[in-house]
Amino acid sequence: MTRNDRAWVATRKGLFELRASAGAWRIERVNFLGEPVTMLLPPDEQGRMLAALNLGHFGVKLHASSDAGSSWQEVATPTFPEQPQDAAGPPWKLVLVWSLERVGNEVWAGTIPGGLFRSADFGQSWQLVDPLWQRAERLGWFGGGYDAPGIHSICPHPGQPGETLLGISCGGAWRTTDGGTQWQLSARGMRADFMPPEMAEDQNVQDPHRIQRCAAQPQVLWCQHHGGIWRSTDNAASWHELKAPLTSFGFAVAAHPQDGETAWFVPGIKDEKRVPVDGALVVNRTRDGGRSFETLRNGLPQKDCYDLIYRHGLDVAADGRTLMMGSTTGHVWASGDAGDTWGAVALNLPPIAAVRLG
Amino acid sequence: MRAMPHIVFTPQLRRFTSTPEVDSEATTLRAALDDAFAHNPRLRGYVLDDQQHLRANVVIFIDGQRCADRIKLADTLQPHSTVHVLQALSGG
Repeated sequence: MTRNDRAWVATRKGLFELRASAGAWRIERVNFLGEPVTMLLPPDEQGRMLAALNLGHFGVKLHASSDAGSSWQEVATPTFPEQPQDAAGPPWKLVLVWSLERVGNEVWAGTIPGGLFRSADFGQSWQLVDPLWQRAERLGWFGGGYDAPGIHSICPHPGQPGETLLGISCGGAWRTTDGGTQWQLSARGMRADFMPPEMAEDQNVQDPHRIQRCAAQPQVLWCQHHGGIWRSTDNAASWHELKAPLTSFGFAVAAHPQDGETAWFVPGIKDEKRVPVDGALVVNRTRDGGRSFETLRNGLPQKDCYDLIYRHGLDVAADGRTLMMGSTTGHVWASGDAGDTWGAVALNLPPIAAVRLG
Repeated sequence: MRAMPHIVFTPQLRRFTSTPEVDSEATTLRAALDDAFAHNPRLRGYVLDDQQHLRANVVIFIDGQRCADRIKLADTLQPHSTVHVLQALSGG
């Protein structure tokens, strides 16, 4: 079960470990101080974890720990094969590790420029998932916030081994049921208002900013999309749009691990103005499957706030009550009561790429 | 002792991996780098990208001249050449 008293904050200048005791969070330790950390995989019960760095000069590097972050060793970097002379699309060069998840006994890494890699030895070696990389549709993907497309969400199905859903900006949602050999688009119902009208419902051009699955009700998935919020109750066979208060624009979503009716979102004004509405940071929570939302403000800055919670910047622990979010301005807030009240945890961190409890 | 090209890596790399100073008999930049990577294979990924091109934010000087060919790394080395592999400030 995911711990609710430990959190990891990946920032532009290091990986911060936070601990909670008696309801108060403190910074326990910083690793990789000065280096950009783009993603992490929290420790398992044996203390094995991964951190992805994106060194400004020297490229992407992965580090593994076997003692929950006390010590680290560099492991292999996912590497694209030699690019054929006539290959279309973005260069076959790793730009960013954008997602890391445990999938069965493996670790999967989603990257920009859209390659999915898998490791059966906890990062000592990586293999490109070639059947997805070779899909003709990949050449229809395009960058969402970056020059090249990327895989930011990896949602394994806890009850069906071999089944995993990916979220790709901008390439829609893709599903495999056989461990990665065959892939199907799975974004029916999403709508891309940023495309010409005749292409708006093309599944392969959707920009799901983030997709999360309910662990206990895995047929329920939530998507904070570039154009709003979508939910699926049929294991991503179809998606239907939800309307949140203030605005449905944002990047992050956290799915309640047990209750398929509950999820949290952090809205921004709109695509071309990515700041909180009226300078007040809020969290929108639904507890009825998106039919209604509550706007939660207690303990969050309600004046002159310009923080953006990026797509991996919000997380919920397995208890469904402990939440944490970190902003691109380097501020962290936590809640112990499912978002009813929030407290500032750290207000002077570097820009935050990802927050993970556990 | 016969003169050989000498390869030096930025000390910035030392926080990640060892950076041997290498004397190489190579006559091209790529061959000289390969000699250095033979001393420390992990160094390759810090200098070259997936396609074995020079990383966008790494720069190499040969006898004070910026390396011209970032793809093939075919620049010619002289027996007394000194090669400096450095971080390019474009990388931050």
